Amino acid sequence: MTQPSAKIEVRALTMAYGDFVIQRDLNFRIEQGDIFIIMGGSGCGKSTLLRHLVGLKSPAKGEVLFDGASFWEAEEPRQRAMQQRMGVLYQSGALWSSMTLAENIALPLGEYTQLARAEIDELVSLKLALVGLAGFEAYYPSEISGGMRKRAGLARAMALDPEVLFFDEPSAGLDPVSARLLDELILQLRDSLGATVVVVTHELASMFAIGNNSIFLDPESKTQIAGGDPARLLRESRDPRVIRFLTRGERTEWESRSDG
Amino acid sequence: MLHSSEAHGLLLVFSGCWRAQCTLPARDELLRQLPQPFQGELRFDSADLRGWDSRFVNWLLKLIPPLEKRGIVVRYEGLPPGVRGLLQLATEVPERAGARRGATRRGLLATVGEQIYRLLDGGKALLEFIGELLQALFRMLIGRARMRASDLFLFVQQNGIDALPIVALIAVLVGLILAFIGALQLQMFGAQIYVANLVGIAMAREMGAMMAAIIMAGRTGAAFAAQLGTMQVNEEIDAFRTLGVDPLEFLVLPRMLALTLMMPLLCIYADLLGIMGGMLVGITLFEISPSLYLQQTLAAVSLADFGVGVVKSLVFGVLIAVAGCMQGIRCGRSASAVGEATTSAVVMAIVAIIVADAIMTLIANALGV
Ligand SMILES: Nc1ncnc2c1ncn2[C@@H]1O[C@H](COP(=O)(O)OP(=O)(O)OP(=O)(O)O)[C@@H](O)[C@H]1O
Ligand SMILES: [Mg+2]
Repeated sequence: MTQPSAKIEVRALTMAYGDFVIQRDLNFRIEQGDIFIIMGGSGCGKSTLLRHLVGLKSPAKGEVLFDGASFWEAEEPRQRAMQQRMGVLYQSGALWSSMTLAENIALPLGEYTQLARAEIDELVSLKLALVGLAGFEAYYPSEISGGMRKRAGLARAMALDPEVLFFDEPSAGLDPVSARLLDELILQLRDSLGATVVVVTHELASMFAIGNNSIFLDPESKTQIAGGDPARLLRESRDPRVIRFLTRGERTEWESRSDG
Repeated sequence: MLHSSEAHGLLLVFSGCWRAQCTLPARDELLRQLPQPFQGELRFDSADLRGWDSRFVNWLLKLIPPLEKRGIVVRYEGLPPGVRGLLQLATEVPERAGARRGATRRGLLATVGEQIYRLLDGGKALLEFIGELLQALFRMLIGRARMRASDLFLFVQQNGIDALPIVALIAVLVGLILAFIGALQLQMFGAQIYVANLVGIAMAREMGAMMAAIIMAGRTGAAFAAQLGTMQVNEEIDAFRTLGVDPLEFLVLPRMLALTLMMPLLCIYADLLGIMGGMLVGITLFEISPSLYLQQTLAAVSLADFGVGVVKSLVFGVLIAVAGCMQGIRCGRSASAVGEATTSAVVMAIVAIIVADAIMTLIANALGV
C-alpha cells in the first residue's frame, strides 16, 4: 500500500562536507500543516540538514522528496519552481545589507510576480505589518536591532506566500517575550496560510509550544536517535541523551509519572 | 465578485481566484457603487472563493478602513478563518511613532553643500587616521604594540612574494615598450646604443617604482580595504575595540609594515627586469651585443638613480597602505559599502602615488640627485 506523499520526505539521507560525514541514514516525513522541529546539540548538523531540505546542498547519499517528487533528480527549472514554494529564514537573518527592508521584500515579488509597483509596495507594507514592523520600510538592515532583523527576515521569507517555511533558530537572540510572540506568529501563520513549518531551535519552551513532530540528531552516533511529538518525547523517551537535552541536563533517566 | 443590498445591510460576495497571478477588481470602483448615505452592516460571503493569498488580505485591508470611517459596521465572520487571522495580525502592532521615513528629494544647493561637507569630513578623517596611526607606530617602536609576528609574515608573503610574477610580467613589458619606442627614434641618429641609457634611467628613477606601486595599489590596497571593510560589516573591528585592542595596532600596522618593507624590494626587482626587457629589444631588434648593452647601462645608471626609485617606492608603499586601511576601517555596514571602500582605496592610492611622484621628482631635481 502506498501512503499519500508527504510535503517533504527524507529517505536514507547522508550528509557530508567532502569526506567528513555529518549525519547518516536520516529518514523522516513532514506532513502538510506540521510544525516540524529539528533539534540536537550545537554542531550536530541541523543547519546542514536545513540546507539539504531547501536545495542548497546536494545529499552525499539518499533523497529529499518535495510533494513526492525528488528534488535532486528534477530538472533545473523544476527545482527553481520548487524553491519558489519555500521560504527560508536564515540563522543570521541574511537580509541584503545594501537594500532597505522594503526593497528586500519587494525583490522576490518583483522577480516572480507580474504585480504593479504600487501593489507590490502595499504587499511589502502588509508583510512588515504582519511581523510587527509597520513603518520600517525605508530602514536598512544595519539600522535595526537584531530581533527586528529576524522578523524582517521572516517577512522576506513570507514574501511569496510559500507553502513551506524554514526557520533556522528564529528565537535566538530574542528576549523571552519577543520569542513567545514569534512562536505565536509562527502558529498564526501556519493556521492562516496553511503553511508547513520546519524549525531548527534550541528553545525548549518554543519546541513544546509549537512543535507537533520532530527529529533529534545526535553528533556522536551521527544519526537520528529519536523523533515524534516533542511533548510525547519528553514523557516517553528512555534515551538518556534525549532526556538530558529535553530537561536541560537536569535528568538523565526516564521517570515514570503516574499522573494521567 | 458582486455585492447586493439586503434588508439589514450589504453583503459582499467573493468568488473565483484572488491570488498573485489573477486580476482583482478595483476597490475604488466598488466604493463608488455603494449607496451613498449608507449606515449599517457589511457582511462577507466567501463560500465560492477558490484561492487566496496575501494579495486578498491586502485588498481587504485597504478596503475596510474607509468604510469604517463612514460609520459602516464590518462583520468579519464570512471571511475564511485564515484571512481573519492575518487581518488581525496585520493591525495588531501599531506603527511605532516616528519610525516612518519619507523619501526626501534634495535641491541642487543642498546636494552641493552636502558634498562639500563630505569632502571636509574625509579630510578630517584622514588626518585623524594618520594621527592615530602615528601613535600606534610610536607604541610599536617602544615595544608596546599588540601585533602578531605571524600576521606580519603572512602579509610579507602576500604582499611581496605572491606579487612577484605579475610585477615581473609588467616590468618586462614596460622595459620592452620603452626600449622599442626609444630605439626607433635614436636609430635615426645612428645612436641606438643610447637606448640602454634611456631604459636604465627611466626604469631606475621612475618606472620601476611607479609600475610596482600601481600594481600593488590594485592588488594589495584593494585587498586591505575589502578585508577590513568586511571585518567592519561583521562587527569584528568593534570586537577588537571592546577587548581593548586597538585595531590600528593589530590590523593596520602589520599590513603597513609589510607593504612598506616589500615595496622597495619589488621596486628593485622591477627595475632589473625592466632593464632586461630593454636589453631583449636591443639585442634582438637593434643588433646591440649583450655585453655592450650591459656596459652602457652600468655607465649610465648610477646608484643614486636606484636610490631615488627606492625612496619613492617606500613613500608609495606607505600611501597605498594608508589608503587601503583607512577606507577599510571607515567602511559602512553593508556589502555595497565594502565595494565603495575598495574602489575609493584604489582611486585614492593611485592619485596619491602620481601626485607624490611629481613632488618627489621636483625635489630630486632641486637637490640635484
Ligand atoms: N562549509 C562547511 N564545510 C565543512 N564543514 C562544515 C561546513 N559547515 C558546517 N560544517 C560542519 O558541519 C557540522 C554541522 O554544522 P551545522 O552548521 O549544520 O551545525 P548546527 O547543528 O546548525 O549547529 P548550531 O546549533 O550551532 O547552529 C559542524 O561540525 C561543522 O563543523
Ligand atoms: Mg546552525
